[in-house]
Amino acid sequence: MITTNKFFIKWFPILLHIACLLPIPWLIFDAWRGNLSADPIRAAILRTGKIALELLVLSLMCTPLNRYFGFKPALRARRILGDYSFLYVCLHFAIIVSLDYGFNLQFISTELLQRPYALVGLATGLLLIPLAITSFKPWPKRLGKNWKRLHRLVYLIVLLDALHFILSVKQGVIEPYLWMGLVIFLLVLRIPPIQRLLSGNTPEEAAIS
Amino acid sequence: MNNLDPSEVTPRRLYLSRRQFIGAASATVAGALALAACKGNVPSTDTANPPSAGAATDSASPPSAGVSTDELGDPLTSYQDVTHYNNYYEFSTNKEAVAKLAEDFPISPWSVEVSGLVNNPKAYSIEDFQKFEPEERIYRLRCVEAWSMVIPWIGFPLRKLLEEVQPTGEAKYVQFTTLYDPKTMPARGAEFYNWPYVEGLRLDEAMHNLTILATGLYGQPLPNQNGAPIRLVVPWKYGFKSIKAIVKIELVNYQPSTLWMQAGPDEYGFYANVNPNVDHPRWSQSIERRIGEVGRRKTLLFNGYENEVASLYEGMDLNKDF
Repeated sequence: MITTNKFFIKWFPILLHIACLLPIPWLIFDAWRGNLSADPIRAAILRTGKIALELLVLSLMCTPLNRYFGFKPALRARRILGDYSFLYVCLHFAIIVSLDYGFNLQFISTELLQRPYALVGLATGLLLIPLAITSFKPWPKRLGKNWKRLHRLVYLIVLLDALHFILSVKQGVIEPYLWMGLVIFLLVLRIPPIQRLLSGNTPEEAAIS
Repeated sequence: MNNLDPSEVTPRRLYLSRRQFIGAASATVAGALALAACKGNVPSTDTANPPSAGAATDSASPPSAGVSTDELGDPLTSYQDVTHYNNYYEFSTNKEAVAKLAEDFPISPWSVEVSGLVNNPKAYSIEDFQKFEPEERIYRLRCVEAWSMVIPWIGFPLRKLLEEVQPTGEAKYVQFTTLYDPKTMPARGAEFYNWPYVEGLRLDEAMHNLTILATGLYGQPLPNQNGAPIRLVVPWKYGFKSIKAIVKIELVNYQPSTLWMQAGPDEYGFYANVNPNVDHPRWSQSIERRIGEVGRRKTLLFNGYENEVASLYEGMDLNKDF
């Protein structure tokens, strides 16, 4: 099976790092080539925000992938995906503050702090900070059981992230609602009775982990 | 729990390098984007044909404008950006997709029916409008989505047309209608709006000298994606008031119900005057991004045409009549 293949185990995280980093040179290339529309700043904000959400949702898929399909490498991917999501949140925020608002605090406070989509986005980013920091050693061991409790915050964060997306688009745009649906689905999979129900029907090897 | 094997601690060097990496990545992306955003200020690098003098409506000549700034001294938005960033939902909700989708839109023959409460109803061909002597008008265009451009239109005052058809004493408003033709206008992502696109002006707004019907931009015939063959341009109102591909102009005695008023009554009013003090329910209208610039600039009351148009709204509550 692929998950026990030594070659795969060695290369999977490396490939994952590369895949997570690739959007950065891609974005720079598109900016350089003029592929980001007449408003490249807005395009870059939308793109980095979307990647951050995608990576966070992917990190949420890791546990079910392992639990129900026995795909163990997913557990190693979880932290990597979460951390890269935070990297793109940082980029998203940096572009907004610098290029979009030109460090103009008055503009930032009137626009950002009074708009629901911006407030929710800000909350999402701030809540991610403790998770990103404590995802690195020595925090998991140092926090022990509390580490797990702390990192359950991600369930709230990903809901806020999808809500941020919904609040930031025009009415009639359905894509963010599809993301919210996927997020809710992934959260429902974690409700204990549902977990038991689903695990009962899966192969034994999957149930072990 | 707190006993820690030194090997488990992330080395300081690595720890710092992560921070540096985030910083460096941000700086690189920001730099590339700043360059991309500013590129729009140099139209000659964007288009094969650099702008030159002359404002003749001649498709053989390169895109050009008589001047290079608006009356406030702000540079024209590049021809490339003006023609490839279009809110034109009859084709697509994706601003970058419109130019391509509108490529084969048939604009000839074309007829504009001018009717309703007028003494001389008439159907005009596009050629008929030449007698109104289209001229160059440099206008700021402020989109309700908080971005803006400066565009050298070719057009003539709507007043000239209205004077010819002679509105009757009962006429109070002008209602405009866009062509409705799903075969040539796919409305991608906007299939469920209440087509056709309808817009309206109060008669005095329609008679104002700033209100034009445009048949061209940058000295050339209007590109399809910008509303060919004829569109309205009302520079002190949000861009969506400037209806494109007009087939019908009716003088009426009631306030027209527009497509956007029906789609979002709380968000889009009949007047839709650019006003930094009246926010859209979901975002601020006090600032805007000028396409081609980094950062944002303050939005001007009536889009900077306050001296010309403020008198039209004397005594009105602009918060209520937004």
